[in-house]
Amino acid sequence: MSAPRVAVVVFPGTWSDRDFLDVAPVVGWEVRRVWHAEHELPAVDAVVLPGGFAHGDYLRTGAIARFSPIMAAVERFVASGGPVLGSCNGFQILCEAGMLPGALLRNDHLEFRCDWQWLRVESPASCPAWLGAASDGQPIRLPISHGEGRFYADNATLQDLETTGRVVLRYAEADGRVTPDANPNGSVRGIAGITNARGNVLGLMPHPERAAEAEMGGSDGRAILGSLAAWLREQPVAAERRL
Amino acid sequence: MRWIAEVHVQLRPGIADPEGLTIASGLRALGFASVSEVRSGKLLRVSFEADAVDQARQQVEAMCRRLLANPVMETATWEVRADDEPSEEARLA
Repeated sequence: MSAPRVAVVVFPGTWSDRDFLDVAPVVGWEVRRVWHAEHELPAVDAVVLPGGFAHGDYLRTGAIARFSPIMAAVERFVASGGPVLGSCNGFQILCEAGMLPGALLRNDHLEFRCDWQWLRVESPASCPAWLGAASDGQPIRLPISHGEGRFYADNATLQDLETTGRVVLRYAEADGRVTPDANPNGSVRGIAGITNARGNVLGLMPHPERAAEAEMGGSDGRAILGSLAAWLREQPVAAERRL
Repeated sequence: MRWIAEVHVQLRPGIADPEGLTIASGLRALGFASVSEVRSGKLLRVSFEADAVDQARQQVEAMCRRLLANPVMETATWEVRADDEPSEEARLA
């Protein structure tokens, strides 16, 4: 089977697109960068909204980016069941666009936090395109790099996320225990990543693309980036889209 | 006719505001011991055209709903006034 074709969207101020390009051969992706002013996505199997400071993150993180022309195409792609990954700023944009619930607020300590972070994978079956290669309860170690990563949602939304198994990543200790000390930004319930009801959109604050090669300090990012190819093989619809 | 809207955006009540907490502790450290709370926010001053005040207010409300505030975490309040004051340059002259 040919490599998954992935569009990496680039906004003015995006910076992690090059990291995704760099790890594409490592995880077996064929990556194409797509400028935010485009109105259509190329023929791809998945879309990535990478990290950075799209449009300077002015007003709120992701607030301007969500109105970039390409976002209408991304919404159609999501509605058709296509897998979309939003990392860091990409997660913030997906929340602003309403493709994921909640919002990301200023870290509770007001610091920009750039560090390695342990996370616990939960309910990977809720998001098979991006977590199919991970197991329930698995601790993974990924870099974080953000000043506004404090996940917030109202109680009804949180309840819905929890009962439907859509909280898929939480900040944790190295042994996978979720503790207040492990929480780097004050996120409610230690939430680091969530998926949508359909399970094709993953938003997470950490950077899997910066941890896909051992020489970068860790390769746990492959638990996420490495899931896509196997998932696509199982999708008849996706297979048709590729023809 | 030109209008000016001053839009105040704040985090919803109950959402932790670390910036406000830090400012409050700064004020108390300076001796303002009676300060119990500071909530931070932002002020956006929007200049725009509309035919009448009702229309101006409707436009500001639409701006707030679509972009200026995120209802998940923020509230917005605004005041609209006619832009009939002399411009900055006129005042300087």
